Amino acid sequence: MLPQYALSQLLEALFAVVVAPLALGWVNQCRAWLQNRRGPGVTQPYRVIAKLFRKEVVLAHQASFLFRAVPYLVFGCMVLATGIVPMLATALPFAPAADVIALVGLLALARIFMALAAMDTGTAFGSLGARREMLVAALAEPALLMVFFMPSLIARSTSLTTIVETLAHQRVAVHPSLAFAAVAFVMVMLAENARIPVDNPGTHLELTMIHEATILEYSGRHLALIEWAHALKLLVYATIGIALFVPWGIAEAGHWGALPTAVLALAAKLLVGGAALAVTETVSAKLRIFRAPEFLATAFLMAVLGMLTHLLLEATA
Amino acid sequence: MRLADLPFPFESAPGPAAVGFAEVTADQWQATAGRLRSAGATLVALWAADRRDLHDGFEIRAAYALEDGLACLRLPLPAEAPDYPDLGRHFPAAGRMQRAAFDLTGVAPLDPADGRPWLRHGAWPAGAHPLRRDVVARSVWPAVADDYTFVSVSGDGVHEIPVGPVHAGTIEPGHFRFSVVGERVLRLEARLGYKHKGIEKRFESMSLDEGVALAGRVSGDSTVAFAWAYAMAVEQLSGATIPPRAAALRAMLLERERVANHLGDLGALGNDAGFAFGLAQFSRLKEDWLRLNARFWGHRYLMDRIVPGGLTDDLDDAHLPVLARQVHDLADEVVRLRRIYDDHAGLQDRLRGCGVVSNDLAQRLGLTGLAARASGMAVDLRVGRAVPPYDGLDVRCATRSEGDVAARAAVRFEEVAESLRLIGLLAETLPDGPTRVAVPSARQGACGIGRVEGWRGEVLVFVEAGADERIRRCHPHDPSWQNWPLLEHAILGNIVPDFPLINKSFNLSYSGVDL
Repeated sequence: MLPQYALSQLLEALFAVVVAPLALGWVNQCRAWLQNRRGPGVTQPYRVIAKLFRKEVVLAHQASFLFRAVPYLVFGCMVLATGIVPMLATALPFAPAADVIALVGLLALARIFMALAAMDTGTAFGSLGARREMLVAALAEPALLMVFFMPSLIARSTSLTTIVETLAHQRVAVHPSLAFAAVAFVMVMLAENARIPVDNPGTHLELTMIHEATILEYSGRHLALIEWAHALKLLVYATIGIALFVPWGIAEAGHWGALPTAVLALAAKLLVGGAALAVTETVSAKLRIFRAPEFLATAFLMAVLGMLTHLLLEATA
Repeated sequence: MRLADLPFPFESAPGPAAVGFAEVTADQWQATAGRLRSAGATLVALWAADRRDLHDGFEIRAAYALEDGLACLRLPLPAEAPDYPDLGRHFPAAGRMQRAAFDLTGVAPLDPADGRPWLRHGAWPAGAHPLRRDVVARSVWPAVADDYTFVSVSGDGVHEIPVGPVHAGTIEPGHFRFSVVGERVLRLEARLGYKHKGIEKRFESMSLDEGVALAGRVSGDSTVAFAWAYAMAVEQLSGATIPPRAAALRAMLLERERVANHLGDLGALGNDAGFAFGLAQFSRLKEDWLRLNARFWGHRYLMDRIVPGGLTDDLDDAHLPVLARQVHDLADEVVRLRRIYDDHAGLQDRLRGCGVVSNDLAQRLGLTGLAARASGMAVDLRVGRAVPPYDGLDVRCATRSEGDVAARAAVRFEEVAESLRLIGLLAETLPDGPTRVAVPSARQGACGIGRVEGWRGEVLVFVEAGADERIRRCHPHDPSWQNWPLLEHAILGNIVPDFPLINKSFNLSYSGVDL
């Protein structure tokens, strides 16, 4: 049993690392289409990452060890996160070791080190970005935890695999609480992945940047890893969303035969989700930065409402 | 106040533009500035010239816009002590122009509020002044240390954010020093001059005919305005009158330039607020517009079409229906896009109340052009006593009172609509006749000033003829001189990430003021 599980774990992480840039490319391509542009094609993120790996690394003189280590650390955190989230199958040996709270912690760890690295070079933009990033993080993380607690209440477990198995296999039941949670989750996802309306991933205006400002000093393979990690993060969030709110089609532990269906189901969900994200971004303008707290407070409120709904309407004594 | 109200005689320049030249004493220089200030006149431009080779010392000139025309005052200065009374206390806009004039010619205001260099960034030493006649244009000086001191703000939690001159995007170079608490801007100081190219010096080696090409390159997005202003100045000093068809075609080019720039800015404003849809749509419209420019006039941005005496090429009358159709189609599209902008809550939330310039501040600091109109100042050279063909077009001045980014966007929308109407009208009523006349030879020492309402604001070009049809002195003035300092005020109390939006809503020229 164990080697089989290990294989499934390894395959899933590998799958995520390979597919993540494609998912990002799909979102960008959809955005381009929606803006009447031809777009660079869905494989553009691969080309960008490959190009950056070939470029030399330019380091600021005052950059410390931390600055150089962080890209690897962030990338590592994201790969680990893909190991916890049931993407194709629920058979994940890491999963019992790390529940949703650990997952939130893992994402926070990457973010904190990113912010530290941004401040490490001592440039004005790095600190500016780090400051804004922490502002968003401090508000997004509680909201994310609340979102996770709701399915946890339904499944009576904080382990993602258990939640997914419960939700995917229970009798068809309507959970109004999950609808609230889904809205909250999408809002948090937009904020955490530096998407419009909270941040603008395509901007060249250094004064308005949040996430981009923290990585301005990075170049070469460091930047490639960060960009890759960024794509992974988007995939992690997307698959969390899928696992929590539309888990159907995922392969159960030990069912290798269900894997092709699971791959197809995931691909279809990602295609639809990516297009939906692109539509959201296209019809929105970026929020003034001090509206971001309001935005995330709304997400938190949604999550709390969902939880209340669950306790009042759905909880069985 | 009118020209006749001033206590010295004016020599009126010939031609349609009402311009009067007068020579004043240092006392009159200062007293007139005070009188004009209190009468609500504005300082348009200020420049200096070296006349020591004519045994005439130096001169400083100031151009004021009065009710019935432009007053160009000349104050002769002795060669050994070229100092003049400071205009900055009456007209804040004079400050940077005086600093630039000192860097270039060594002519200094007495006791100015700000005596720091402006254009001199260490490319030439403190005692050198490249626009003096005895300096060879090809002079190369050893670079010296650039010790520019910014005004510093201190206090608990105050820190500085230096931005530029190299930016993350492909934009012109300028340095912005923000003093902030958290995200709130306490002070912004801009430093420009990174694009100093010695344009005024270059003019002095050109003939009056050649100069128009250089004038058209002072600021590429305003090439029509600068070329027309230059041509107007040369026509004035040589006494040429352009035919009505040439005037109408020039106006058509100027309005096409205005529309192209406004379309680009409206798209960029949307994009800077994270609304990329706007950029894509307006870029498409602008591109179609520029392609028609290339098809009918041979240049996308209409460079080198206007020359002293008229235009290089006539427009085929067969093209007029195409122009009229394009104008009609574009007007519809712009109306639809404006509705989308106006109805988009997220976008309006970013634009409204952002970067406010009050009417009072605009008046006090002498804001000009479309930014002034967005702050409730009805200033437009095409309205009222305008040069042909605008005198017969009944141009509607688009004004707003809010003075914020949304108001500057709204003025652009309204001006696009008005310009499209004007182009349609000009195409309908285009007079027959020649499009170019020969320009009579210019008398040595004759001066002319051309003024044109470019898309940013009033463009002024001063030309003084030298011997043998050559340029002795040419000073092109971009409206950005007046409006850059206002940007520093518009950002106060706003937050750092709103700066790009505020900056874009002004969209000022770097090249046009760095010369």
